Amino acid sequence: METPVATRSVEWEKLRLFLRNGQGMFGLVLVVAFFLSALLAPLFATHDPNQLDIAARLTGPSADHWLGADQLGRDIYTRVLYGGRVALKVAAIGVTSALGVGLLLGMIAGFGPRWLDHALLLVFDTIRSFPTIVLALAAVSLLGPSLNLVLAIVIVTSIPGYARLARTATLALKNTEFILAEKSMGSGAVRTLFHHVMPNVIGPLLILAAMDVPVVVTIEAGLSFLGLGVLPPTASWGTILNEGYLVIRSSPWPVIAGGIPLVLTTLGFTLLGEALRDVFDPKLRGKR
Amino acid sequence: MLIYFLKRIGLSALIIWLAILTLFAMLNMIPGDPVSIALGPRATPEIQAAYAAKMHLDKPVLTRFFIFFGNVLSGDLGTDVFSNKSVSLTILEQLPHTIALAVSAIAWSALLGIPIGCLSAVRPNSWLDRITGIVSIGTITVPAFLVSIWAILFFAIYLDLFPVIGAGDEGDLLDLARHLVLPSFAVGLGWVGYLARMVRASMLEVMGENYIRSAKAFGLKNRTVVYRYALKVAILPTITLMGVGFGVLLSGTVFAEIIFARPGIGKIIYDMVLNRNFPVVQGAVLVTVVMYVTVTLVADLAVSLLDPRVRENL
Repeated sequence: METPVATRSVEWEKLRLFLRNGQGMFGLVLVVAFFLSALLAPLFATHDPNQLDIAARLTGPSADHWLGADQLGRDIYTRVLYGGRVALKVAAIGVTSALGVGLLLGMIAGFGPRWLDHALLLVFDTIRSFPTIVLALAAVSLLGPSLNLVLAIVIVTSIPGYARLARTATLALKNTEFILAEKSMGSGAVRTLFHHVMPNVIGPLLILAAMDVPVVVTIEAGLSFLGLGVLPPTASWGTILNEGYLVIRSSPWPVIAGGIPLVLTTLGFTLLGEALRDVFDPKLRGKR
Repeated sequence: MLIYFLKRIGLSALIIWLAILTLFAMLNMIPGDPVSIALGPRATPEIQAAYAAKMHLDKPVLTRFFIFFGNVLSGDLGTDVFSNKSVSLTILEQLPHTIALAVSAIAWSALLGIPIGCLSAVRPNSWLDRITGIVSIGTITVPAFLVSIWAILFFAIYLDLFPVIGAGDEGDLLDLARHLVLPSFAVGLGWVGYLARMVRASMLEVMGENYIRSAKAFGLKNRTVVYRYALKVAILPTITLMGVGFGVLLSGTVFAEIIFARPGIGKIIYDMVLNRNFPVVQGAVLVTVVMYVTVTLVADLAVSLLDPRVRENL
C-alpha cells in the first residue's frame, strides 16, 4: 500500500481502499446485478414467466429460450429473473427485520441488568441449538408451507447473530467516558441507547447483514427446493430446481440455470461483505 | 477447570431443556385442536383418539409438559400413531446412516482443508495461496443441496460413476462406501474451503507471534516450527468452529439424505413432514438438537483442555 495522503479524510482513505479491493468490487458488481435483475425483471424478461410453450418443452438454449425451457415449456431465463424477486424479497425483509430486532435485543442485553443479559443469551443459544433447516421443517409440519413462514424462520434464526454482536459492542461501550458523561447529565437509558450507543454499534452489524444475505437466500431456495417454501407455479430459484430435479435425466438445463444465480448471489454478497469488513472493521476478521 | 466443565455442561443441559420446551410449545401454542394440527387431515378418528390419549389432553398444559419432559428423559420420544412404532426405535435404526455421513464428510474435508490452510499460510501470496483462496471461496458459496444436485447430474447421470439412490446393502461394506461417496462429497465440499480459510487466518496470526520468532532464531527447522509449535495453537479456533459449524453440517446432511434418498434422520423428518406426522418430527428434531448441543459442548471442552485461557470466560 502507498502512504496515505494526509489531506484526505479517513472516510476517503477507506473508500479508496475499498475501490482498490478487486474482490470487493467484483462482489459489488454481482450484488448490483442481483438487485437490478430482480427489480427490473419484467424489463429484461423475454416471455411471461408462466407462459406455456409445449413444443419447446425440455429443450436446451435456443434463440427463443435463452436458457432453454422447462417441463411445461416455460422460459427458464424469464423464470430465473422472476425467481430473483422472491430471493430479493426474502433477503430484504428477512435481513432488515432480523438486524433491527437483533440490534435492539443486543443493546438491551448489553446495557440492561445482568439477569436480563443472561436470560437473553440463553434464548439466543436455544435458538441456535436448532439447525436452521431442521427448525424450518418442524415449523412447516405444523403450519404448512408458505413464503411468510420462510420469512419468519429466517428472521428468528438470524436474530441471535446480530444480537450477540450488538451485545458485545454495547458491553464495550457501557463504561466508556462519553456514555458515563451522558448518564451523569441525566440522560435516560432509551436516549443513551438510541442516540449514543446505536451509532457506534451498528457498523459491524451492517457488515454482518451483507454476509447474512447468502444464508437467507439459501434457506429460501433450499426450502422451496424441498417443496416446503414458495409453492409452484410461482417462480423461485428453489422451485425451478425442484421442478428441474424431477426431469434431470431428460434435460440438465433447469437445474443448471436455477442454481447459477444462487451461486452468483452468494458469491457477490460474500465477497462484498468480506471487503467491507477488511476495510472498515479488520477486528471482525475470522469471526463471521 | 472442574468448575468450567460443570458450568458448561449445566448450560448445555439448560439449552436442551429449553429446546424441549420450544418443541412442546410449538404444538400447543398454535390456536386450534393440537391433535388435528399434529396429524393433519389424513388421520382417522381412531388414530386421532389414540394420539389424544397419549398426549393426556385432559390434563392442564403444565402437567402435560412435565409428562412429555419425563418421557423424553427416559428415552421415550413417543409413538408413531400411524404405524404404532416407537419413535425412538425408528430414529435409532436410522441414526448410524446420518452419523456415517456426517463423520465421513467432516473427516475428508478436514484431511484436505487443514493441510491446504497450513501450506498457504506458510507461503502467503504464493500461487498455491491464491488458488486456495479462490477455490475455497468458490466451495463455500455453493450450498450443499446444490452440490448434491450438480454432483448427481455430473457424476451419476453424465459419467455414470456412482449410484444415486439409497445407502446400499447392509453388510456389504464396499456397496455402503460407494453409496456414501457422493453425499459425503456434497456435504463436505463447503467445509474444505471453510477450514482452509480458518486455518490459514489463525496460522498467519500465530506465525507473527514472538515465540515463533524465537523458535526460528534457535535454528529449528521450518517444518518443526510450523507443525509442532504454530499449528498446535492455530488449530484451536478451528476446533471451536467445527463444533459450531456442526449445525450447518447437520443441515447439509438433511438435504443430502433427502436428495440421495438415503435413510437417516433428515430423511425421517422430511418424510414425516410430508405425511403430516408431527409426533415423529418432534422426536427426530429433538435428537438433532441433542446431537448438535453435545458436539458443541465436546468441542468447547476439548478447547478448554488445550487452551487454559478459554476457561476464564463464561
